[in-house]
Parts: sequence; C-alpha cells; structure tokens
Amino acid sequence: MNYTPTVGQILQAKGVSRRGFLKYCATTASLLALPPSMIPRIAEAIENARRPSVIWLSFQECTGCTESLTRSSSPTVEGLIFDAISLDYHHTLQAASGDQAEAARHAAMEENDGNYLVLVDGSIPMGNPGFSTIAGISNYDMLMETVAGAAAVVAIGSCAAFGGIPGANPNPTGAVSVKDLVTDKPVINVPGCPPIPMVITGVLAQFLTFGAIPDLDKHGRPLAFFGNTIHDRCYRRPFYEQGKFADTFDDEGAKAGWCLYKLGCKGPTTYNACATVKWNSGTSFPIESGHPCLGCSEPRFWDKGGFYQPLSTGHFGSGAKLAGAAVAGAALGVAAAAAGRRRQAKFTREA
Amino acid sequence: MQGSAANSVVRPEDRQAVYVFEAPVRVWHWIHALSIVVLAVTGYLIANPLPAIGGEASEHFMMGNLRMIHFIASYVFGIGFAVRIYWGIVGNSHSRELFYLPVWRGDWWRNFWEELKFYFFMRQDAPPISGHNPIAQTAFWLFNVLLTLFMIVTGFALYGEGLGLGSWADTWFGWVFLWLGDAQNVRMWHLLGMWLFIVFAILHIYMAIRADIMTRQSSVSAIISGWRTYRKVK
Ligand code: HEM
Ligand code: SF4
Ligand code: SF4
Repeated sequence: MNYTPTVGQILQAKGVSRRGFLKYCATTASLLALPPSMIPRIAEAIENARRPSVIWLSFQECTGCTESLTRSSSPTVEGLIFDAISLDYHHTLQAASGDQAEAARHAAMEENDGNYLVLVDGSIPMGNPGFSTIAGISNYDMLMETVAGAAAVVAIGSCAAFGGIPGANPNPTGAVSVKDLVTDKPVINVPGCPPIPMVITGVLAQFLTFGAIPDLDKHGRPLAFFGNTIHDRCYRRPFYEQGKFADTFDDEGAKAGWCLYKLGCKGPTTYNACATVKWNSGTSFPIESGHPCLGCSEPRFWDKGGFYQPLSTGHFGSGAKLAGAAVAGAALGVAAAAAGRRRQAKFTREA
Repeated sequence: MQGSAANSVVRPEDRQAVYVFEAPVRVWHWIHALSIVVLAVTGYLIANPLPAIGGEASEHFMMGNLRMIHFIASYVFGIGFAVRIYWGIVGNSHSRELFYLPVWRGDWWRNFWEELKFYFFMRQDAPPISGHNPIAQTAFWLFNVLLTLFMIVTGFALYGEGLGLGSWADTWFGWVFLWLGDAQNVRMWHLLGMWLFIVFAILHIYMAIRADIMTRQSSVSAIISGWRTYRKVK
C-alpha cells in the first residue's frame, strides 16, 4: 500500500511515449525561457516526482478554471501530468462526496503534512461566513485549516488571485483574494478568467522541477508567464505603431486585421501569456480572432469602465461626486455674481 | 517675497520695479510650458488615436513617432524640473516660493481670503502683496510641484513597462503600479493628470492677463523680462 509510483511510471502505464513526454518538457522549458540544457532536468524532475499531493479548493467560483484545465487535459500530455499529480480533493472532479470527501482531504493533509500543495479557485466571502459553505464549513475556515500544513498555495484564476467577479463593485459578499488571507505561506497567483491551461500546468511543472517558488511579479504572478504585456507580444503591434486601427468591428481596419486599441483593447496594460502560449492547444487567442483583450488577468478588471471603452477610461464609481462638484461650482459662481451685482448697484447709486 | 531686503525701505505702493524671476526661472517656465503642450498633444493622441490614414501600413509610423516625441518631451520635462529644484536651492528668495506654502503665517491666510474676494469681483482692488499672491502660490504648488512630480512618477513608471523589467525606470518607479493598483489605473491617472494641466493652463493664462489688466503689477512681461513693474496708483 505504501508504494507510490513515480510520475514517469504512471505516464508509461498510460501509454505516453517517451517522445511525447520529452516534447512536453521542451515546450515547458521554452515557456519558462530556460536553455535546452534544462530539458533533461525537467524530464528527470517530473519523471521521478512522487506524485505530490494536491488539494484543490473551490470557493466563490464558476468552475470555469476547472473547465479550462480539463479542456486541455483529455489527450494532451499536460493533462496527464496533472493526473499524475495526486489530486486528492477536488469538488468537481472527485468521485467521493460528503463525509468521504472531507475524510480524503484530512487524510491527504495528515499524510503529507508540510509538503502538499493547495490550489484554490474562487474568492472567499468575508461579509458573512454563511454566504458560501462546503460540507457545512465556511470557505474561510476551510481555507485556513487546509493551508496550515501546506508547502505553498497556488491561487488559480482571477477570483482567487484578486477577488474576480464576486469581488467586483459593489462586492455584495465582501469577497477577498487568497493572498488577502494567507500571509504566512508562499502564494503564487495564476490569474486569468480563466487562466490558460498550459500556464496552470506550466507553473506546477516549474514548481516540481525546481522545488521552489518561481520569480513573481508585483502582483505575485510567475514572471515566466506574466512577465510581458499582451501588447508587447501581440502580432498586431506593428499596426499599433503605424497608427492603423479598427474603429468598429466591421470596418476595413477590422477586416484587414489592424490593431484593436480603439475598440477597447486592454493589451497594453495586461500581463498574460495569451499572445505567446495561446488558447485551445495553441490554436488562437482573442485578439487573433478579432476581439480586443479584456484584461482578465489584471486586478479588478471588471470595474475598469467597460470592455469596449478606451484603455484609460475613468472608473470612479458613480458620477454623483462629479455632479455634486458641478452643482457646488455653479452655486459658487451664482453667489459671486449676485454679490458683484449688489456692489455694482451700490456703486451706480453712489455715482 | 515680503521681506526682500532691498525693497523693504520702499513702501510697496511707491515701488517702480522689482527683479523677481531670475533667468533660469524664466527659461524653465517656458521650457516647462512648452513640454507640457507637447506632452499633452501627443499624450491625447496616444489616448485617442487619429483615424487610420490610407496607403500601405509600412509607409506609416504614426504612433511610434507620437510616442517618441512624448518620450523626448518627457525627458525635457523631468530633467527641467530637476534643474528647477536645484535653482530653488541656490536662487533668490522668489525662486523658492514655488516649493512651499507658508501656511503658518496669519497674514498669508488673510491675504488668501482677500485675494479670493478680488478674484470673485467682490472687492475692487487687489490686496497689496509684493510677492506671489497666496492663491497663485497655492495653485503653482499644487500643479507645478505636486502634479508635475505625479506626471513624472506615473509617466516614467509606464516608460519602465516599455523598457522592461529590471530597467532603471522599472527599478525607480515600479512601485507606482502597487501604489495605484495596476497598470491600467496608472494610465488612467496619468491621463487625468493631463486634464488637470489643461485646467491649470486655462486658469493660469486667464489670471495672468487679468492681473495685467486689473492690478498695478505687471505679470506677463515679468516672466519674459524678469522685472515686475508697478503702475502708479491712481
Ligand atoms: C505634462 C506632462 C504629461 C502629460 C500631459 C502626459 C500625457 C499623457 C497622456 C494623455 C497619455 C495617454 C494615456 C492613455 O490614455 O493611455 C500618456 C501616455 C504615456 N506617457 Fe505621458 N504625459 C506627461 C508626462 C509624461 C512623462 C514625464 C513621462 C515619462 C517618461 C510620460 C510617459 C508616458 C508613457 C510611457 C505613456 C504610455 C505610452 C504608450 O503606452 O504608448 N508622460 N501621457
Ligand atoms: S490589438 Fe491590443 S495588444 Fe495588440 S497591438 Fe493593438 S492594442 Fe496592443
Ligand atoms: S487576451 Fe486578455 S482578456 Fe483575453 S484571455 Fe488573454 S488576458 Fe484575458
């Protein structure tokens, strides 16, 4: 019972060829901008990894992140890598339910104390513990209990990383991100709505290979995938520099494949790997299919004034303050004018 | 300022002229103004690009050029301000008025109120003040110290995104992204800063011309020649 097969043995048993496996390792190495000499090391690390235990917690989420992951998983090797991780608890994917499921979580935590990975999708409601519960346990309690013995926490998707949709204005549940709550463990943010499957597995592969937290950017995102803006890697960038823009979705510019900046593209301020890794096994990405980037891997991207509005449109909440200022200004002007008139009347009387 | 030694013997209303703006201050004023105009025009066009022009894409480099002009003007703007700070230290007492507000002085607040009444046409004559009036001084401080610093800090942070992680601009100004939340917020505030400069320019030009017409002090010519001249009291 104590024998745990290595990832390499599992892949072999599943019929993954050596060639296919090395290809995955090479892709991962190039994604992480590592030299080819690192490929054998990645292969070795993954092959000999003893199926690290992973507990996946889902809080206020839409299951889109899991969907994203499973879309890639069916035949591709990165999906199998994920199989090869001992995914001991996952609401959507686990067969067990009720007490059994909770028992599996506790067993995984005890057996791998200090070594397991916690993956979280969804935000945590702080407004009222009853807003979201699993097996009668509030999201907050479950998160804190589970991360206590974890080696590291990976926040998958923009909800777990930044609050996402639940945290969007007016944030009725008081949703917060994992990083807002977990301060004593390393937290890796893998945002995106949803994140690219290759990026999720790539981050895990990087963690397995080096056994360390990757270099992170200011928002806690791995630099290997979130080190460049979409704009910096966008194949439409030459059109941007040349000033060739699509003004509507059906004009000449749109047909010619010009830059989507004026249609609200958030590429210039969005850090993600879409323009390089792409979606659906490298088929395409939103800008390639003619739609501007929404900025889904950035904090609070829902509250940025509209997906089809120019990049730096204001988002000051309501216009009420502005209206108030305008009324106050007008009142001041009228008062001054009235005072001036009175004086004028006085002077004319005196003259 | 009020206590300038050479002038304190002469009563303010009898003065003919005072040398206020030294050459570096005047030169900076116009460099600053010009770079703001260039930055605002190019910045506006970066935010709201012109309609696409016809012809082959390879014949054009519109945005690339706009951005390059914006960045050149940025260096002029930023280095100019650094030199101006230096001159605030070594220059005459008027050259320092830009950098601090004497809020601890009672007469400063009294004059602020009187000047406000004058601006709103609620008193006929300007209160007798020899230096910058307190409202102008406040506006200069808000717009040309705080806002200038803000535009430099947000602008060079955005510039650091282009130069890349670990570049000097990223190292010095990368913190701005955490301070303002994220890259999109930084762009929004940078754009808002442009509108604040435009608001300031409108008020500033109006006030300068108004002062020439309605007060005894010269205003527009002073920032060209450096001499503030006084008309005779009626
Ligand atoms: C009076 C001062 C300035 C004004 C009025 C101004 C105005 C603007 C405006 C309106 C934008 C477009 C924002 C948007 O909607 O995306 C912009 C962009 C930008 N500005 Fe400035 N700016 C000023 C100073 C600076 C300075 C000092 C720098 C320093 C390098 C700077 C660097 C940038 C950069 C890097 C961009 C983004 C350009 C791009 O992404 O292509 N700006 N500026
Ligand atoms: S389509 Fe978007 S990301 Fe691509 S060049 Fe234009 S603005 Fe940048
Ligand atoms: S193109 Fe932009 S909005 Fe679309 S998935 Fe990528 S980062 Fe998210």
